[in-house]
Amino acid sequence: MMRKTRALVAGTAALALTLSAAACGGSDSDSSSGSGAKAEFNAALTKVFNASEKKGGTIKLANAGDWDSLDPGETYYGYSWNFLRLYARGLLTFNPVPGPEGNELTPDLAEGMGTPSDGGKTWTYKIRKGVKFEDGTEVTSKDVKYAVLRSTDKETFPSGPAYFEGFLNLPEGYKGPYKSKGVNTDSAITTPDDQTIVFHLKSAFGGFDYIAALPQTAPVPEAKDTGAKYKEHVISTGPYKFETNNLGKDFKLVRNDQWDQATDPFRKALPDAYEVQLNVNADDIDNRLLSGDLDIDITGTGVQPAALGRVVGDPALKAQTDNPTLARLWYTSINPTVAPFDNIDCRKAVEYAADRVGYQTAYGGPLAGGEIATSVLPPQIPGAAKVDLYSAGADNTGDAAKAKEALTACGQPNGFATNISYRAERPKEKAAAESLQQSLGKVGIQLTLKPFPQGDYFSQYAGNPGYVKSNNLGLVVNGWGADWNDGFGFLSQIVDSRVIRETGGSSNTSVRIPEVDTMLDAAIAETDAAKREAAWAAIDKRVMEEAVIFPGIVAKSLIIRPKRLSNVFVSEAFSMYDYLSLGVA
Amino acid sequence: MLLFIISAATFSIFYMVPRLLGGTPETLATRYVGRAATPETVHLIAEKLGFYDPIWVQYGSWVKAIFVGADYDLGASVEHCAAPCFGYSFITHNAVWPELIDRLPVTLSLAIGAAILWMLLGLSIGTLSALRRGSFLDRAAMTFSLAGVSLPIFFTGMIGLLLFSYTLGWTAPGGTYTPFLENPGEWFYALLLPWIVLALQFSAQYARLTRAGMLETMGEDYIRTARAKGLRERDVTVKHGLRAALTPILTIFGLDFGLLLGGAVLTEQVFSLPGLGKYAVDAITNNDLPKVLGVTLMAAFFVVVANLIVDLFYAVVDPRVRLG
Amino acid sequence: MPEGQAFLEVKDLKIHFPTDDGVVRSVDGLNFKLERGKTLGIVGESGSGKSVTSLGIMGIYNHRNSQISGEIWLDGDEIVSADRETVRKLRGNKLAMIFQDPLSAMHPYYTVGAQIVEAYRVHHNVSKKVARKHAVDMLGRVGIPQPDRRVDDYPHQFSGGMRQRAMIAMALVNDPQLLIADEPTTALDVTVQAQIMDLMHDLQAEFNSALIVITHDLGVVAELADEVLVMYGGRCIEYASATTIFDQPEHPYTWGLLGSMPRMDRATQERLVPIPGSPPSLINLPQGCSFSPRCAFEDRTGGLGATVVPELARAGGSNHLVRCHLPTEERQRIWAEEVKPKLEAP
Repeated sequence: MMRKTRALVAGTAALALTLSAAACGGSDSDSSSGSGAKAEFNAALTKVFNASEKKGGTIKLANAGDWDSLDPGETYYGYSWNFLRLYARGLLTFNPVPGPEGNELTPDLAEGMGTPSDGGKTWTYKIRKGVKFEDGTEVTSKDVKYAVLRSTDKETFPSGPAYFEGFLNLPEGYKGPYKSKGVNTDSAITTPDDQTIVFHLKSAFGGFDYIAALPQTAPVPEAKDTGAKYKEHVISTGPYKFETNNLGKDFKLVRNDQWDQATDPFRKALPDAYEVQLNVNADDIDNRLLSGDLDIDITGTGVQPAALGRVVGDPALKAQTDNPTLARLWYTSINPTVAPFDNIDCRKAVEYAADRVGYQTAYGGPLAGGEIATSVLPPQIPGAAKVDLYSAGADNTGDAAKAKEALTACGQPNGFATNISYRAERPKEKAAAESLQQSLGKVGIQLTLKPFPQGDYFSQYAGNPGYVKSNNLGLVVNGWGADWNDGFGFLSQIVDSRVIRETGGSSNTSVRIPEVDTMLDAAIAETDAAKREAAWAAIDKRVMEEAVIFPGIVAKSLIIRPKRLSNVFVSEAFSMYDYLSLGVA
Repeated sequence: MLLFIISAATFSIFYMVPRLLGGTPETLATRYVGRAATPETVHLIAEKLGFYDPIWVQYGSWVKAIFVGADYDLGASVEHCAAPCFGYSFITHNAVWPELIDRLPVTLSLAIGAAILWMLLGLSIGTLSALRRGSFLDRAAMTFSLAGVSLPIFFTGMIGLLLFSYTLGWTAPGGTYTPFLENPGEWFYALLLPWIVLALQFSAQYARLTRAGMLETMGEDYIRTARAKGLRERDVTVKHGLRAALTPILTIFGLDFGLLLGGAVLTEQVFSLPGLGKYAVDAITNNDLPKVLGVTLMAAFFVVVANLIVDLFYAVVDPRVRLG
Repeated sequence: MPEGQAFLEVKDLKIHFPTDDGVVRSVDGLNFKLERGKTLGIVGESGSGKSVTSLGIMGIYNHRNSQISGEIWLDGDEIVSADRETVRKLRGNKLAMIFQDPLSAMHPYYTVGAQIVEAYRVHHNVSKKVARKHAVDMLGRVGIPQPDRRVDDYPHQFSGGMRQRAMIAMALVNDPQLLIADEPTTALDVTVQAQIMDLMHDLQAEFNSALIVITHDLGVVAELADEVLVMYGGRCIEYASATTIFDQPEHPYTWGLLGSMPRMDRATQERLVPIPGSPPSLINLPQGCSFSPRCAFEDRTGGLGATVVPELARAGGSNHLVRCHLPTEERQRIWAEEVKPKLEAP
């Protein structure tokens, strides 16, 4: 009986394989259709795939999770910032074009980039004329001011980015327009006329244009604002508006007839509608993408492990994917607060001894994991320069001789013992910790694995300086992605020692270099982009010199290219397909 | 009463486990703010969600809201959440009760359709197996049922989707649920495969139960009496044999069905059906306590009700219980 | 009906069940006749084949695992070779059966009335209402008080005797011409037994049906039967009128049965003489006479008992058949001199 059952199971599994093979066989015949574009690996990575101006059709997207919020004032996901531009127009945004230019800012609701004055403390934007809300009323600078102010009410919008309240010179104790009704906020934002908005900062910030590109600058009409419920029906300023919105399940965008192409420099608005499903089984999303039943996995984080094997193993399927690099670093902090890492040579020993290939394999290899990183700043961040201070042997698997030398210099020639923490729910981080355990073990650095729950990882354990010290968490498996692709957006939360809180909660656990703090302040205030970018590179190098971060890998993802769509290309700013330009082929 | 114990236990687990691990109201609150939130925001949210209050105060206000409702600050306005108010999601700030009510029909549709299918399948396969005991059909059916029981929904569901939806295109792909009232045809189309997959698993179990029950009852004296009366063999089997074998099966069915109404977790997950099971999984993944509580309570309610109905039903179906 | 044929005639009936261990010969060549208005008692220990015989006549056997041969003529129709549907239509209609232990023989989930109604409506195309009236009627006739109310009771609400009455009502509802009663009184206490036997006696007279009473209890036979068939190991070993069986029995097994029969006129039950040994296996019947291993007089057959199967041969009484190697005179002598005095000893 048992044997029969097992045979049955095996038979079914074989059937499944045959089926998937059949599904693959079917796929390559129609992926070559469309406008003659050749479907090959990375075909949409740096250029437009399947260019077309054809209008009409419906694009179908799915999200494996729930949207954090459809309210531009509160959402904090890259995919959301990419997508919401269909129904909301902030002052600036990232240029929706393929290649490196996609990392550059471009005016959207604003007529041009910001004009700094007062040494970068005051920033002025002019708003386009003729931009209307979906109800026909014209957008004014007051709507933008209101939108920004309401986003600072963190009791109502706890999930949103907190840059504005950090930089704006708001009145003491200001709690947003709901609670601090009638409070004069001209110290922070003034609107001299309907087309002009002026931001007044506490201190100079050269990169404020990036802040002005946050979706929080998308105008909100005060009369239609319903606070926490506004996300149920965001008043559109873009080419699409909400037709239906079932929170947690699905929503549909249809054309907004109040949107005027003449006011918009780049939106193509090709399809007639967008249908988005939420909380869809992630594996099912992959299957539906491959079968063409679904167009886009909206989160853009790449295929699930189940589909990865299928895709990589089948050239026809692999030709239907792109492999963008993310501004996300999977690194390991080396904590100088934990002996013997208070000695820089002991930290360097880790840098030398670590098996970079092993670490990369732990995260899924070069395709689904990422590229080996040699410094903190990912290559697509403007200004990033190659910094590689520590040799890792000929085949990148660690330089034991150099590591031994460093250990000797540290006074620990036979090595030492310490702990490494990782998030228990993340098998890749566990594999990374094990990889380090193995490679460091070869030079005598004995690691004990310490898994912690991810929900409290930073607040209680690895991000809590007291805990780190008393529990000897010498190494902390860590990761960080930029809010936007710029040195400030990437570095400020992970190399500034002032973000470390004694009560815990910071991703930065190991970088406490006063000089870096000073360099950061100077770079932030710098309004000349070229000088600013050079400064980020210098900070990157300085951090690596201190050997407080083992950089690990810069993440990459394998995303499935929509079979049915035109104008497909990867946005470098969001490291996924650009959602503004797509059309139905 | 039972419902209170269950909700209180859920409540305690949610608060006690992080506390025991050294958490504070702030560390709890960090789950419900954006990344890199300032300590002020965290403090604000901890206060808003009531994390500084002692746990019994929090539980008390949660229970109170169920009976008398509560007010919820939306920022721009204050919304009154009428009883039964199951609170608002910590993450999406949506009211939980309407969401539960919204998702119930999905689970109900799935459960009812699957139940009809698996009862039909299970009872007929089990009966035929019992009547043709030891035959090829019997052995094939029992092998099938063993496979049905042991193959997880994840497996059968994925294979089903791959084969029938993505390769043959006979059934709907995942995540295409349409409410019955909106479009009955699409409703049926979208649920067909989930019904079959879910029913397959259950029917296997019910086929075994039916077979065992029928083997027992068909040997009873009253079956011989029924035959002696000259009844058609079909009537002997169904009206006398199956009728008697059905009682214990219906008991199990009631409990299974009640449990299923709390959410067919795996099936809803595999087919992305926005039912209570999917809701529960999403809520737990996100540590969204009000949602978890709401769905737990609802599931517990269905199990309790199902138990009650089974007890009442028993009396109806077996006269010896009713009068004895 | 061919000339001279009885109402019920069983010829060389064999019912065998092939099993993994061998063929179970439950009934192995049985012959008897029965006329309307007459009662045949079939007597034997459990495992003698008497119940299988009755089920065979009723046509209730699993067609996939039993072999039946011979002939059963009922009112001119042969039913062993008849198709199953024909037999089904006869069942419960022309021939009906009363089972022992009516608590388990009636369905616990249906009311007594519903079960009688069902029996009636299988063979009569009438409305439920009409059938119900008929059921109430029948319950009244078998002596159930307030039948119009009790008709809606469930079997477990009836007392043992009432249940047996209801069972009889159910069997008689279609006016059967042949009624088979399998241990109709075994599960009942003594006073009720008497009532039930009276009832059956009266009803048989009223319906003028042929009755087969199957029992291990010669007391029941004495009460009801006109003729008696004693079965042992699937075969008939003695056949005679009831009077002959009690007055001039010739088979040692029958003597044993008589000896084990409790009688009102006996002082105590301790004097009962059980038959030594146990009934034979129906798969491996003993060589020769199947009763020989238990027979107290086996040594008087001159060795024949262990080797040769005795024929069912004419014996002392009229229409009296016995399957025994001992000569008739010898048997009569043993009965009169050795057995009878012991049975009648005070």
